[in-house]
Amino acid sequence: MSEVQNTAEQSSVPEQISPLRQQFREFWFYFSENKGAVVGLFFFLFIVFIALFADLIAPHSPDQQNRDFILIPPFWQDGGSIEFLLGTDAVGRDLLSRLMHGSRFSLFAGCIVIVISLTFGVLLGLSAGYFRGFYEVIVMRVMDVILSIPSLLMALVLVAMLGPGLRNAMIAISITYLPHYVRLARASAVAESARDYVTASKVAGAGTMRLMLVTILPNCMAPLIVQASLSFSTAILDTAALGFLGMGAQPPASEWGTMLAEAREFILSAWWVVTFPGIAILLTVLAINLMGDGLRDALDPKMKRS
Amino acid sequence: MIKRGLLATAALASMLTMGAVTAEAKTFVYCSEGSPEGFTPALYTSGTSFDASSRNIYNRLVEFERGSTIMQPGLAESWEVSEDGLSYTFKLRPGVKFHTTKYFTPSRELNADDVLFSFNRQWKADHPYHKVSGGTYEYFSGYVSFPDILQTIEKVDDLTVKFTLQKPDAAFISKIAIDFASIHSAEYAQQMMDAGSPEKFDQEPIGTGPFQFVSYQKDAFIRYQANENYWSGRAPLDKLVFAITPDAQVAYQKLAAGECHLVPYPNQADLAAIEANKDLTVDSQEGMNVGYLAFNTEKKPFDDKRVRQALNYAMNKESIIKAVFQGAGNAAKNPLPPTLWGYNEEIQDYPYDPAKAKALLAEAGVTELSTNIWAMPVKRPYNPNARRMAELIQADWANVGVNAEIVSMEWGEYLSRSQKGDHDTVLLGWTADYPDPDNFLSLLNCASAKSGGNRARWCHKEFDDLFQEAVKVSDPEKRTQLYEQAQAVFKEEAPWVTVAHSVVHKAMSNKVVDFRIDPLGGHVFYGVDLEE
Amino acid sequence: MLRFIISKLGVLIPTFLGVTLIAFSFIRMLPGDPIELLAGERGVSPERHAQLMADLGFDRPIWEQYFSFLWGILQGDFGVSFTSRTPVLEEFLTRFPATVELAGCAIIFAALIGLPAGIIAAVKRGSAFDHTLMGISLAGYSMPIFWWGLLLIILFSSPDMLGLTPVSGRLSALFWIDQDTGFMLIDAFVSDEKGAFKSAVSHLILPTIVLGTIPMAIIARQTRSAMLEVLGEDYVRTAKAKGLSPLRIVGVHALRNALITVITVIGLQVGVLLAGAILTETIFSWPGIGKWMIDSISRRDYFAVQGGIVLIASIVMTVNLLVDFMYGLINPRILHRR
Repeated sequence: MSEVQNTAEQSSVPEQISPLRQQFREFWFYFSENKGAVVGLFFFLFIVFIALFADLIAPHSPDQQNRDFILIPPFWQDGGSIEFLLGTDAVGRDLLSRLMHGSRFSLFAGCIVIVISLTFGVLLGLSAGYFRGFYEVIVMRVMDVILSIPSLLMALVLVAMLGPGLRNAMIAISITYLPHYVRLARASAVAESARDYVTASKVAGAGTMRLMLVTILPNCMAPLIVQASLSFSTAILDTAALGFLGMGAQPPASEWGTMLAEAREFILSAWWVVTFPGIAILLTVLAINLMGDGLRDALDPKMKRS
Repeated sequence: MIKRGLLATAALASMLTMGAVTAEAKTFVYCSEGSPEGFTPALYTSGTSFDASSRNIYNRLVEFERGSTIMQPGLAESWEVSEDGLSYTFKLRPGVKFHTTKYFTPSRELNADDVLFSFNRQWKADHPYHKVSGGTYEYFSGYVSFPDILQTIEKVDDLTVKFTLQKPDAAFISKIAIDFASIHSAEYAQQMMDAGSPEKFDQEPIGTGPFQFVSYQKDAFIRYQANENYWSGRAPLDKLVFAITPDAQVAYQKLAAGECHLVPYPNQADLAAIEANKDLTVDSQEGMNVGYLAFNTEKKPFDDKRVRQALNYAMNKESIIKAVFQGAGNAAKNPLPPTLWGYNEEIQDYPYDPAKAKALLAEAGVTELSTNIWAMPVKRPYNPNARRMAELIQADWANVGVNAEIVSMEWGEYLSRSQKGDHDTVLLGWTADYPDPDNFLSLLNCASAKSGGNRARWCHKEFDDLFQEAVKVSDPEKRTQLYEQAQAVFKEEAPWVTVAHSVVHKAMSNKVVDFRIDPLGGHVFYGVDLEE
Repeated sequence: MLRFIISKLGVLIPTFLGVTLIAFSFIRMLPGDPIELLAGERGVSPERHAQLMADLGFDRPIWEQYFSFLWGILQGDFGVSFTSRTPVLEEFLTRFPATVELAGCAIIFAALIGLPAGIIAAVKRGSAFDHTLMGISLAGYSMPIFWWGLLLIILFSSPDMLGLTPVSGRLSALFWIDQDTGFMLIDAFVSDEKGAFKSAVSHLILPTIVLGTIPMAIIARQTRSAMLEVLGEDYVRTAKAKGLSPLRIVGVHALRNALITVITVIGLQVGVLLAGAILTETIFSWPGIGKWMIDSISRRDYFAVQGGIVLIASIVMTVNLLVDFMYGLINPRILHRR
């Protein structure tokens, strides 16, 4: 709720029309003030780099089974080998290579979830706030329904319905995120519709679509971007959680949560297969959250919170 | 609340001694793998429910000797079979007492009415108890299809019951030793019916067995105590607790921490560590099951036996079993497990020979074969990780130029679609319901090819004739011979790759005395003791 | 106040109907069905399958099934679980206390640590403590709790490591206590078995930490920012200028802000908490509703899943309503603004 109100307040200060570069410089000024955010950004770029070039930098193929090297520990332990820096899993696949390739799944899932939930959320929210009436009531009640079912439970049922797999997990998670975007977008749209500049555009004969997307949308982008950065990290966590419960990406995919689920039986006999995927998830999510904090500071100096 | 927080810290600091409470009573804690569905075995099909009910609180007319598949008298002292094999007359054991508990006190001992009640409830649609608790009796009406076998069940006198069959069935005695045929108290049933709460009959069980039910806390504990009046002598244990622990990892840790005494399905990955622990023991036995890969013989090119043989040769079974079972499985050459009578020792398995495989494929004119391998989404005793197995088979087949895609789907759908024959090749398996080759080989006959239970959809005249013959004959030696021949035909035709028989492991505390692994997969605690 | 309640109900009733519709329809779209699963490798003939489905009432027209489901709910009848053959409501109620106990302890744990941490961080803004604390809380916020639970089990429960806490469950199997309330702490406390309470507490420690981690991080962060806002306000500055000690200012204002923060977090997080409970209960074999739902979904226990979803959603809605209400009590301005 407080976020919604803040949005309204914030957008009441009309943004100064300044050149893009000026805007960016301002953004970077606030962003870089937050040291954690900068660290997060660099770590995030590092992961993106790994994900993009996994094929080139990974020492092995993630699916190649070395049946003579099953459950080899990391290189610094007795029995470890330099060939498999972080050891191997139960069918002799190189853990490091799998983790590197796994970053693709997580980042991909995060991006897709944001794209789907942002697009549909904004469309539904803006249209609800713009048209009002019965349509708005229906949309908002549906969102209430989704919100009243715990997200993971909702996602589990949806995935069970669509069939386990990464694609369906992403769809399910996107649906559980919809209400946040719809609420934000609707609140902005309601607030903005009443403003003079909208009326002005209306009088000038702008079409509905144009009004919604070109006139209103840009003015409520900031909270949406902050929300998107938040859901990027939770999407990665939720994808991994579904994978862990066996409902996300399916083996042999090297998605981190799925790797954890497969490794669970080795928790005491081969600590590395359990520990590393978890650390990978934690660090990636942490980096994104650090970045998200900086983003919030930069986009919304008034909200400056942490 | 804050006080509680403090208590928590204090408790943590004082090095909790879990389970170190030494009561005088001997309490055996079993880390069972799941929650039972209920306590009337006839209503359910899972081993988990049977462990919690039939195997410890009930008896059957005829029973399997503990830790073996040998028949022994249970509630029936003796039985006679008529010449034509159509009628079975059971003499009941006199003086058998039902449990006396907080909720029931029996006024009489076991008699023929109890036997009639136990079977008629499942059989007769107009029986007052037939519809209680859902009223589906999968074993009775489905798996052993008693409605197609039974003619009548009669009470001859108080301690004599006569079963008449519609047709001879060589496996009838084995069948009534199965869990669903447990004997319940008709008196208790009547009492509950009169009280207007018949469903309680299935939730608070009364039996004649060595342990009696005390309480059940859903998903947490089931508690039993020894039946003081057990007809075969009181159990050495005083109390029996099932601590429901679905996660094998967690169960092992509880075992190591002394929180429970026996873990039924330890993780293969932990076996070495368990064996190394001086307080723990691992017992093992070959399970009565088989894991297989079935070729859909109705689809090209799997209708050609050379292709099926080639793919047999192409599989490096030893390395697959090592990776999937981690030592808890043995390569299978027959569709029967070696612990079952009728197993044909003479059969030679297809060795790993990629060159031979390629030659056979070429001979059959198969080049660039693209196919699929269906892998089960669930862990089963005969295949702890079907996906991993499929990945390995995929790699082996790729070596001989066969491209296979791994297909997986929801378990129910997997079963029904493979029953319809949507697959090219499918991984599946079988665990014995009763110890008779008939139970395994019926997966390969023509009738089941039609109904779909035969996942290879393989209907072979010679095999089918041998199978049919063996059901009719009652002479065990003759039956063994017929089954051995059938296995030879099977191996030559290769509708399956017989992959493995799992080895069952039970991890237990050293304190446990005389626990015997049940070849049929149950967990029986009568006769087990704990030493301090 | 009355108007507030009525307007809330106007929103709640359609939402509730929506939940029943979703629960009802989703479950029917799941592939596979309980009968196939029960039959397993043996398979089931089409005739028998049809017969069993008819026994469950699935041969009736879909709308009829829905209305009888709805009618049942109004009478407190959520159907009978397919696997256990006991009423769904009973199944739910026997497990619910376990989840409440766990979630309650997690929130208390989160508040006990998160609140003071957030307040101190705000007062010492910019200090090393502040930075460390915010770093930790962000890490907590980013934690994949299913992995966190496994890690804690290895560290604290494994006999090879510390071996301090029990691995799973709610109570050692050696205690035979009656479950009167379903809350293990209470049941163990009133029972005459010595050591049962200690056992119950020790079983709660790890699950509480795991489930409490994310709420703790959120509470710490929210408290800190709420406090910073208060500290920046004019009257506080005035108080400071008057020479009042910062501690006193914090003391006076902390309480109200802390309360509001915690209630907000509980309100916003009850869904998150229940979602976390699904994972936590799975890891620790905690016999609560989260685990029950997962099991029921995988068994395709239609009535248990549809009933469970409706019941859980009702709880979330009720808690949200209560939170709104209490919000209004603590801070009447909000009520009026609405």
